[in-house]
Amino acid sequence: MYNFEFAKPSSVADAVAALGEEDAQALGGGQTLIPTLKQRLASPTKLVSLKGISEMQGVCTGDDGALCIGGATCHATVAAEAGAYPALASTAAHIGDPAVRNRGTIGGSLANNDPSACYPAAALASGATIVTNSREIAADDYFQGMFTTALDEGEIITEVRFPVPEKANYQKFVQPASRFALVGVYVAKFADGVRVAITGASNDGVFRWAEAEAALSANFSADAIDGLSLSGDDMISDLHGTDAYRAHLCAVMTKRAVAAAA
Amino acid sequence: MAQVTMTVNGKAASGEIEGRTLLSSFLRDQLKLTGTHVGCDTSQCGACVVHVDGVAVKSCTMLAAEADGADVATIEGQANADGSLNVIQQAFQDHHGLQCGFCTPGMVMSAAALLKDNPKPSESDVREYLEGNICRCTGYHNIVKAIMAASGQDVGAIAAE
Repeated sequence: MYNFEFAKPSSVADAVAALGEEDAQALGGGQTLIPTLKQRLASPTKLVSLKGISEMQGVCTGDDGALCIGGATCHATVAAEAGAYPALASTAAHIGDPAVRNRGTIGGSLANNDPSACYPAAALASGATIVTNSREIAADDYFQGMFTTALDEGEIITEVRFPVPEKANYQKFVQPASRFALVGVYVAKFADGVRVAITGASNDGVFRWAEAEAALSANFSADAIDGLSLSGDDMISDLHGTDAYRAHLCAVMTKRAVAAAA
Repeated sequence: MAQVTMTVNGKAASGEIEGRTLLSSFLRDQLKLTGTHVGCDTSQCGACVVHVDGVAVKSCTMLAAEADGADVATIEGQANADGSLNVIQQAFQDHHGLQCGFCTPGMVMSAAALLKDNPKPSESDVREYLEGNICRCTGYHNIVKAIMAASGQDVGAIAAE
């Protein structure tokens, strides 16, 4: 790992100022970034820890009933405190392993947008709002491809707001070595329709499966998925699973998520 | 270089670190607390698990600078005041929960974190909690048994597989 300066500001304003320096990078829990630095795949001159910013910590319920999670809140805290949205708490409770969940943060996960991470599926299926130091971004506009988001340089996720669905469930087919999703499907049923977001499968990162959403909005049962399939043409293919295998898993895990939610 | 100060196993500890210094490196190289092991260095294996402010973390994937001001517990601080093994350590010995011993510091620290939150875990609770701790010798069975025994539960029913 190349050396860097370390800063730990205590306010969002100070963090934004520190990130204004050339080659400065934000550090959430570091559960992805530190291994990345060890491989010398990133070489920031300065790391700005967001862990000391108290206004970015914790879980609460907003006036509109949405669950608001501070950007620097670790997965273990979401698992313990997001009881108002059980499917989200359960998703957080199964990210990585216990020690990783004590460090990794929701803001870090969403900013990184790993194509196999769990939180992007939860945010996209829930129609969450990504709140930054300068604006609010709808999940539908936020995820822009593998490791790519709508965030600008130096922009910080300060909060994530999740509308709470009537029913929801996340089913992850775990890749056992990495504990990321080989394929993960998050299904959320709202009064005005169903949203289905899939992680782990596509070369373009997390995506919504429109055909399944239409079928499930008409009939929220696992049977509604019968006969539906996704093409594996643009899916990830690696030693853990071929593109066709992942495409097949998408439908299987969607059915499981619907069955578990319904 | 920057100065960090933290409490390690109840005693004040401080040192000069670089930005990139990992907590595991600080503990091992500067404080000479080499009981915390570094197995994979990629946060997979869990040999480096320590407690920071009461929760288990992988010290190879946390910067020492992030632990400034924190209360850190390592395997060196786990024994009883008179030097005898604590309940978890003794259970590992009694139930043959280690062979080569390399993963053991992390296993014991993870077990301590689990039992703090969940004093009477089921066997599946234990196995799930140890997801981030890899042992290449034991097949986990006796580790699980030791942790169940340390929680005061009868392990006679846990037959060898």
